[in-house]
Amino acid sequence: MSTIADIQNEIVAEFEILGEDRESTIFYIMELGGTLEPYPESFRKDEYTIQGCQSKVWLVAEEQEGKVIYKADSNTDITKGLISLLIRVLNHRSPKEILNADLDFIPRIGMGNILGSQRSNGLAAMMNQMKRYALAFQTKQNA
Amino acid sequence: MSIQVNSIRSLFPILHQEVNGNPLIYFDNAATTQKPKVVLDAIQQYYEVDNSNIHRGAHTLADRATRQFEETRESVRAFIGARESAEIIFTRGTTESINLVAKTFGAKYLQKGDEILISTLEHHSNIVPWQMLCEHTGAILKIIPITDAGELVWEEFEKLLSPKTKLVSIVHASNALGTINPAKKIIEAAHAIGAKVLLDGAQSTSHLDVDVQALDCDFLAFSAHKLYGPTGLGVLYGKRELLESMPPFLGGGEMIREVTFEKTTYNTIPFKFEAGTPSIAEVIAFKPALDFITSTGKANIHHHENDLLQYAVELLQDVKGVIPVGTAAEKIAVFSFNIQSMHPFDVGQLLDAKGIAVRTGHHCTQPLMQRLGLEGTVRASFAVYNTRAEVEVFAQTVAKIASLKNK
Repeated sequence: MSTIADIQNEIVAEFEILGEDRESTIFYIMELGGTLEPYPESFRKDEYTIQGCQSKVWLVAEEQEGKVIYKADSNTDITKGLISLLIRVLNHRSPKEILNADLDFIPRIGMGNILGSQRSNGLAAMMNQMKRYALAFQTKQNA
Repeated sequence: MSIQVNSIRSLFPILHQEVNGNPLIYFDNAATTQKPKVVLDAIQQYYEVDNSNIHRGAHTLADRATRQFEETRESVRAFIGARESAEIIFTRGTTESINLVAKTFGAKYLQKGDEILISTLEHHSNIVPWQMLCEHTGAILKIIPITDAGELVWEEFEKLLSPKTKLVSIVHASNALGTINPAKKIIEAAHAIGAKVLLDGAQSTSHLDVDVQALDCDFLAFSAHKLYGPTGLGVLYGKRELLESMPPFLGGGEMIREVTFEKTTYNTIPFKFEAGTPSIAEVIAFKPALDFITSTGKANIHHHENDLLQYAVELLQDVKGVIPVGTAAEKIAVFSFNIQSMHPFDVGQLLDAKGIAVRTGHHCTQPLMQRLGLEGTVRASFAVYNTRAEVEVFAQTVAKIASLKNK
C-alpha cells in the first residue's frame, strides 16, 4: 500500500500538470470537491464544525480496525476540494501514521499562494482537527 | 461634462499592475478606494519636510503642519456644506465617529426607556455601539424593516417614531446593497417628533453630494479612505449646539483648557473631541483627495459610476444563475449578487484568479443577510476610475463562472 508520502507526491504531480494557471487549478479543486463521499447528516451539528472565516466545515472521524476513517463536508466547493485532498492523504491510516505525517503537499503545490491567507488558515485548522482525532484514537488504543 | 476616465486612471499608480497574470480590475471600492498620486505625495511631503506635532508649537515646522492640518478641516467643511469648521471633528474612521456619538450624546441624552431607531440595512458599526449604549443605559434599540428589494418600509418607520425616540441613526447608502435611503425625508420626520439624526455617510459621501445644512442632519459620520484619502482617518460632523452640550469622548492632551489635580476644564469644539496627537499626515493628505473629488465634480462622478452600475446590470440580468441582491430604485454604484448553487467565497476566488477584486461574505451586515435569508453575497462596487471595458470583462467572467453550475 502506498504511504502518505507517496500519495502526497501523486497530488503534487497532478497539480504540476495544471501548471501556473490559477483559474484551472481552482476549477480542478472544485471538481475534486464533487468526489467527496456524502456526509452523514446526523453529524451536521455545530460540535462537528471547524470555524473558518467565510466557509463552514464539518468533520467527523471513526476508528475501524485500528485505522481512522474521516468524513467531512463544507458549504463551499473549493473547501470541499481541499478536504477531499486531505482525506485522500490521511484516510485509512493508523493514528500513529497520521500523527507522524509531514503534510508538505500543501506548500509544495503552492496552495497558500493560490488560496490566500483566509483559506490557508482554514486548511491548517482542518489538519489540526484531523490530527486531534488521530491523537484521541491513539490514546484510546494505548489505554 | 463627462469623465475622462483614462486621464483619471493615470492619477492612480496602483491601478497599473497585473494580478494573477491579468490587468487588475479593482471593484472593491465600497471597502476602500485607491489613492491618487497627489495624496501619496502629500504624505511623503509631510514626513520629509513638515513633520511636527500640531497646535501650540512655537516653531516654524509646527506652524506649517498646523496650518495644513486646519486647511483640511476647512476643506471638509466646504465638502459637506457645514456652517463652520469647528463642527468638523477628526476621528479614526466612521466606526469611531459613531462610537463617539454613542458614548457622549448617549451619556448626556439617553435614559432608560428611551428609544434609538436604526434600520435593517445597517453596518455592524451602526448597530453594536447602540447595543452597547442600550445595555449601559436601559435604552431600547428599534429596527426599521426593509422590503425584499432592500428599501425601508416607510410606514413602519413612521409607526416606530414616537416621543420616546431620541435618536435615529441610519445609513445614508447601504454598503451591502447600495440602497440610497431618503435621508432628507427621514430627518424631517425624526425632527418633527424631536429626535436627532445621525447619518452614516461612509458610502454616500463618495458617491453623492451630501450637504449637511440642506439635509439638516444632526450628525454625519464618514471615513477618508473611502473618499480616495488615507486610512485611519474619519470625520464626525455635528451641529455646534449639540457638540457643545456633549461631554468629551477621550481624555488627554489637546482636549483640555486647564488641568489641575482638583479639576479640569475642557477645550472648545472641535478640540474637545480630539484628545492626543491625531493622524496628522493623513489629515493633511486628505485635502488633495477632497480637491480631486471637487475638481472632478461630484455630479460627474455619480453619473459615471451610475452608468457602470447600469451597464453591469444590463450585461448580467439575463445570465442564467446570476441572482442580483438589492434592487432598490435609488442606488449607489454597488452591484451585489449571488450565483445559484455557489458560495460567494468561491465566486470571489475565481474572480480573483482573473485579477478582479470584489468583496464576498456578509459585508459586516449579518442582520441584513439574515433578513434576506442569505449567507452572503458577492459585491462589485465601482469608483470614478473604473471603466466600461472593465465591467465587460467582469460580466464575461461572472457569466463563465455561473455556467459551471447552471448549464
